[in-house]
Amino acid sequence: MAELIALSATEGLLPLTHGALTLAGAAPDRITSVQPFKGKEAAVTKALKAAHGLGFPAPGRALAKGDARILWTGRGQAFLLNADPAPLAGLAALTDQTDAWATLRLTGPAADQALARLVPVDLRPAAFGAGSAIRTGLNHMMAVIARVDDGFDIMVFRSMAATAIHELETVMKSLAARG
Amino acid sequence: MRIPCPLCGPRDRREFYYYGADDYLRRPEEGAPPEAWDAYLHLRDNPAGVTRDLWHHEMGCSAWLVVTRNTVTHEVISVRLASEKEAAK
Repeated sequence: MAELIALSATEGLLPLTHGALTLAGAAPDRITSVQPFKGKEAAVTKALKAAHGLGFPAPGRALAKGDARILWTGRGQAFLLNADPAPLAGLAALTDQTDAWATLRLTGPAADQALARLVPVDLRPAAFGAGSAIRTGLNHMMAVIARVDDGFDIMVFRSMAATAIHELETVMKSLAARG
Repeated sequence: MRIPCPLCGPRDRREFYYYGADDYLRRPEEGAPPEAWDAYLHLRDNPAGVTRDLWHHEMGCSAWLVVTRNTVTHEVISVRLASEKEAAK
Protein backbone atom coordinates (compact mmCIF):
# COMPACT_ATOMS: atom_id res chain seq x y z
CA MET A 1 0.00 0.00 0.00
CA ALA A 2 1.18 3.52 -0.79
CA GLU A 3 2.75 5.45 2.06
CA LEU A 4 0.69 8.62 2.34
CA ILE A 5 2.12 11.80 3.83
CA ALA A 6 -0.11 13.41 6.44
CA LEU A 7 -0.18 17.21 6.19
CA SER A 8 -1.84 19.47 8.73
CA ALA A 9 -4.19 22.20 7.47
CA THR A 10 -1.60 24.81 8.40
CA GLU A 11 1.39 23.09 6.74
CA GLY A 12 3.74 25.64 5.19
CA LEU A 13 1.75 28.61 6.56
CA LEU A 14 2.79 28.59 10.22
CA PRO A 15 4.41 29.53 12.54
CA LEU A 16 4.38 33.31 12.20
CA THR A 17 5.76 35.92 14.58
CA HIS A 18 5.08 39.66 14.44
CA GLY A 19 6.05 41.85 17.38
CA ALA A 20 5.22 40.03 20.60
CA LEU A 21 2.60 37.75 19.03
CA THR A 22 3.12 34.26 17.68
CA LEU A 23 0.67 32.21 15.66
CA ALA A 24 1.36 28.48 15.42
CA GLY A 25 -0.42 25.29 14.48
CA ALA A 26 -1.80 23.33 17.45
CA ALA A 27 -3.74 20.46 15.92
CA PRO A 28 -4.90 17.91 18.51
CA ASP A 29 -4.23 14.24 17.72
CA ARG A 30 -7.91 13.50 17.80
CA ILE A 31 -11.15 15.51 17.80
CA THR A 32 -14.50 13.85 18.45
CA SER A 33 -17.83 15.68 18.51
CA VAL A 34 -19.91 14.45 21.48
CA GLN A 35 -23.66 15.12 21.41
CA PRO A 36 -25.39 13.39 24.35
CA PHE A 37 -28.62 11.61 23.51
CA LYS A 38 -31.78 12.93 25.17
CA GLY A 39 -31.78 12.08 28.88
CA LYS A 40 -28.22 10.70 28.76
CA GLU A 41 -26.42 13.89 29.83
CA ALA A 42 -25.68 12.60 33.35
CA ALA A 43 -24.51 9.22 32.02
CA VAL A 44 -22.17 10.97 29.56
CA THR A 45 -20.63 13.04 32.36
CA LYS A 46 -20.19 9.89 34.46
CA ALA A 47 -18.54 7.98 31.61
CA LEU A 48 -16.22 10.89 30.80
CA LYS A 49 -15.26 11.13 34.46
CA ALA A 50 -14.52 7.43 34.75
CA ALA A 51 -12.58 7.14 31.48
CA HIS A 52 -10.70 10.44 31.27
CA GLY A 53 -11.25 12.37 34.51
CA LEU A 54 -13.38 14.88 32.58
CA GLY A 55 -17.10 15.71 32.50
CA PHE A 56 -19.50 17.31 30.03
CA PRO A 57 -18.66 21.02 30.15
CA ALA A 58 -21.18 23.76 30.97
CA PRO A 59 -21.85 26.35 28.23
CA GLY A 60 -18.74 28.45 27.64
CA ARG A 61 -16.45 26.12 29.60
CA ALA A 62 -13.67 23.62 28.96
CA LEU A 63 -12.20 20.86 31.11
CA ALA A 64 -8.74 19.32 30.94
CA LYS A 65 -6.94 16.39 32.51
CA GLY A 66 -3.43 15.75 31.23
CA ASP A 67 -3.55 15.82 27.43
CA ALA A 68 -7.28 15.05 27.31
CA ARG A 69 -9.55 18.09 26.96
CA ILE A 70 -13.21 18.68 26.32
CA LEU A 71 -14.53 22.01 24.97
CA TRP A 72 -18.15 23.15 24.93
CA THR A 73 -18.95 23.96 21.29
CA GLY A 74 -22.67 24.58 21.12
CA ARG A 75 -26.10 23.59 22.36
CA GLY A 76 -25.82 19.95 23.43
CA GLN A 77 -22.39 19.54 21.84
CA ALA A 78 -18.76 19.35 23.00
CA PHE A 79 -15.46 18.43 21.34
CA LEU A 80 -13.40 15.74 23.04
CA LEU A 81 -9.71 16.28 22.25
CA ASN A 82 -6.84 13.79 22.50
CA ALA A 83 -9.00 11.10 24.11
CA ASP A 84 -10.70 7.87 23.12
CA PRO A 85 -14.48 8.37 22.76
CA ALA A 86 -15.24 4.62 22.89
CA PRO A 87 -16.56 4.71 26.51
CA LEU A 88 -19.37 7.03 25.33
CA ALA A 89 -20.75 4.61 22.73
CA GLY A 90 -24.53 4.34 23.06
CA LEU A 91 -24.75 7.44 25.26
CA ALA A 92 -23.98 10.17 22.74
CA ALA A 93 -23.73 10.77 19.01
CA LEU A 94 -19.98 10.58 18.30
CA THR A 95 -18.40 11.96 15.14
CA ASP A 96 -14.71 11.93 14.27
CA GLN A 97 -13.83 15.55 13.38
CA THR A 98 -10.05 15.27 13.56
CA ASP A 99 -9.45 16.35 9.96
CA ALA A 100 -12.34 18.81 9.79
CA TRP A 101 -10.76 21.60 11.81
CA ALA A 102 -7.64 23.73 11.64
CA THR A 103 -6.39 24.64 15.11
CA LEU A 104 -4.28 27.77 15.53
CA ARG A 105 -2.63 28.95 18.73
CA LEU A 106 -2.15 32.68 19.21
CA THR A 107 0.22 33.52 22.05
CA GLY A 108 1.75 36.68 23.43
CA PRO A 109 0.92 39.36 25.99
CA ALA A 110 -1.50 41.25 23.72
CA ALA A 111 -3.24 38.23 22.21
CA ASP A 112 -6.61 39.40 23.57
CA GLN A 113 -6.13 42.82 21.95
CA ALA A 114 -5.43 41.16 18.61
CA LEU A 115 -8.56 39.04 18.79
CA ALA A 116 -10.60 42.05 19.88
CA ARG A 117 -10.26 43.28 16.29
CA LEU A 118 -11.91 40.16 14.87
CA VAL A 119 -14.13 38.66 17.58
CA PRO A 120 -17.24 40.45 18.96
CA VAL A 121 -16.80 38.95 22.44
CA ASP A 122 -14.77 40.22 25.43
CA LEU A 123 -11.76 37.88 25.61
CA ARG A 124 -9.79 39.77 28.26
CA PRO A 125 -8.66 37.61 31.21
CA ALA A 126 -11.27 39.04 33.59
CA ALA A 127 -14.13 37.99 31.30
CA PHE A 128 -12.54 34.98 29.58
CA GLY A 129 -10.25 33.29 32.07
CA ALA A 130 -8.78 29.81 32.40
CA GLY A 131 -11.22 27.07 31.42
CA SER A 132 -13.22 29.22 29.00
CA ALA A 133 -14.30 27.96 25.56
CA ILE A 134 -16.87 29.57 23.30
CA ARG A 135 -18.30 29.40 19.86
CA THR A 136 -18.33 32.72 18.05
CA GLY A 137 -17.29 34.42 14.83
CA LEU A 138 -13.70 35.19 13.81
CA ASN A 139 -14.65 38.00 11.45
CA HIS A 140 -16.97 36.10 9.07
CA MET A 141 -15.79 32.62 10.02
CA MET A 142 -17.46 30.32 12.51
CA ALA A 143 -14.85 29.53 15.17
CA VAL A 144 -14.30 27.80 18.49
CA ILE A 145 -12.06 29.85 20.79
CA ALA A 146 -10.56 28.44 23.98
CA ARG A 147 -8.26 30.01 26.56
CA VAL A 148 -4.91 28.25 26.98
CA ASP A 149 -2.14 29.15 29.43
CA ASP A 150 -0.39 31.79 27.36
CA GLY A 151 -3.02 32.71 24.79
CA PHE A 152 -5.86 31.21 22.76
CA ASP A 153 -6.63 28.14 20.70
CA ILE A 154 -8.69 29.10 17.66
CA MET A 155 -10.43 26.35 15.71
CA VAL A 156 -11.89 27.09 12.27
CA PHE A 157 -13.20 24.84 9.52
CA ARG A 158 -10.21 23.24 7.79
CA SER A 159 -11.06 24.86 4.44
CA MET A 160 -10.85 28.26 6.16
CA ALA A 161 -7.31 27.76 7.50
CA ALA A 162 -5.52 30.05 5.03
CA THR A 163 -8.20 32.76 5.35
CA ALA A 164 -8.05 32.66 9.15
CA ILE A 165 -4.25 32.85 9.10
CA HIS A 166 -4.40 35.81 6.70
CA GLU A 167 -6.90 37.68 8.91
CA LEU A 168 -4.84 37.03 12.03
CA GLU A 169 -1.55 37.94 10.39
CA THR A 170 -3.00 41.27 9.21
CA VAL A 171 -3.98 42.08 12.79
CA MET A 172 -0.64 40.92 14.19
CA LYS A 173 1.24 43.11 11.71
CA SER A 174 -0.84 46.18 12.43
CA LEU A 175 -0.39 45.75 16.20
CA ALA A 176 3.36 45.24 15.73
CA ALA A 177 3.55 48.40 13.60
CA ARG A 178 2.15 50.41 16.49
CA GLY A 179 5.18 49.32 18.52
CA MET B 1 -28.19 45.58 19.22
CA ARG B 2 -27.20 42.78 21.58
CA ILE B 3 -29.16 39.63 22.26
CA PRO B 4 -28.58 37.82 25.57
CA CYS B 5 -28.38 34.18 24.46
CA PRO B 6 -29.51 31.90 27.34
CA LEU B 7 -26.46 29.69 26.71
CA CYS B 8 -23.73 32.07 25.51
CA GLY B 9 -24.59 35.30 27.32
CA PRO B 10 -24.92 38.72 25.65
CA ARG B 11 -23.73 38.60 22.05
CA ASP B 12 -23.54 41.00 19.15
CA ARG B 13 -26.37 41.04 16.65
CA ARG B 14 -24.01 39.94 13.83
CA GLU B 15 -23.89 36.43 15.34
CA PHE B 16 -27.64 35.93 14.86
CA TYR B 17 -29.88 35.15 11.92
CA TYR B 18 -33.43 36.55 11.92
CA TYR B 19 -36.16 34.13 10.90
CA GLY B 20 -39.51 35.82 11.50
CA ALA B 21 -42.49 35.97 13.85
CA ASP B 22 -42.88 33.29 16.52
CA ASP B 23 -46.12 32.27 14.74
CA TYR B 24 -43.96 29.57 13.17
CA LEU B 25 -43.93 27.77 16.53
CA ARG B 26 -47.73 27.31 16.38
CA ARG B 27 -48.27 25.07 13.37
CA PRO B 28 -51.95 24.20 12.79
CA GLU B 29 -53.06 20.63 13.58
CA GLU B 30 -53.65 18.19 10.79
CA GLY B 31 -57.09 18.84 9.24
CA ALA B 32 -57.15 22.47 10.37
CA PRO B 33 -59.32 24.77 8.19
CA PRO B 34 -57.64 26.62 5.29
CA GLU B 35 -58.04 29.90 7.20
CA ALA B 36 -55.73 28.58 9.92
CA TRP B 37 -53.08 27.67 7.34
CA ASP B 38 -53.51 31.03 5.64
CA ALA B 39 -52.93 32.78 8.96
CA TYR B 40 -49.96 30.53 9.81
CA LEU B 41 -48.24 31.08 6.49
CA HIS B 42 -49.14 34.61 5.46
CA LEU B 43 -50.78 36.83 8.07
CA ARG B 44 -48.32 38.78 10.19
CA ASP B 45 -48.71 41.64 12.63
CA ASN B 46 -46.36 44.58 12.23
CA PRO B 47 -46.48 46.11 15.70
CA ALA B 48 -44.89 49.36 16.80
CA GLY B 49 -44.02 48.05 20.24
CA VAL B 50 -43.56 44.61 21.75
CA THR B 51 -43.08 41.74 19.31
CA ARG B 52 -41.86 38.16 19.55
CA ASP B 53 -39.77 36.53 16.89
CA LEU B 54 -37.36 33.70 16.16
CA TRP B 55 -33.62 34.13 15.89
CA HIS B 56 -30.95 31.56 15.20
CA HIS B 57 -27.61 31.88 16.98
CA GLU B 58 -25.79 30.70 13.88
CA MET B 59 -22.31 32.04 14.69
CA GLY B 60 -22.62 30.79 18.25
CA CYS B 61 -24.27 27.83 19.94
CA SER B 62 -26.68 27.09 17.03
CA ALA B 63 -29.74 27.33 19.27
CA TRP B 64 -33.08 28.71 18.06
CA LEU B 65 -34.23 31.54 20.30
CA VAL B 66 -37.59 33.18 20.97
CA VAL B 67 -36.83 36.86 21.46
CA THR B 68 -39.37 39.30 22.93
CA ARG B 69 -38.35 42.83 22.03
CA ASN B 70 -39.70 46.31 21.52
CA THR B 71 -39.49 47.62 17.96
CA VAL B 72 -39.80 51.23 19.13
CA THR B 73 -37.21 51.35 21.92
CA HIS B 74 -35.08 48.39 20.69
CA GLU B 75 -35.22 46.98 24.21
CA VAL B 76 -34.78 43.20 24.34
CA ILE B 77 -37.26 42.09 27.01
CA SER B 78 -36.68 38.34 27.19
CA VAL B 79 -34.92 35.52 25.37
CA ARG B 80 -35.66 31.81 25.74
CA LEU B 81 -34.63 28.65 23.95
CA ALA B 82 -37.24 27.63 21.37
CA SER B 83 -36.69 24.04 22.56
CA GLU B 84 -38.34 24.87 25.90
CA LYS B 85 -41.92 23.65 25.92
CA GLU B 86 -43.34 26.93 27.26
CA ALA B 87 -41.63 28.95 24.53
CA ALA B 88 -44.47 28.40 22.05
CA LYS B 89 -47.12 29.84 24.38
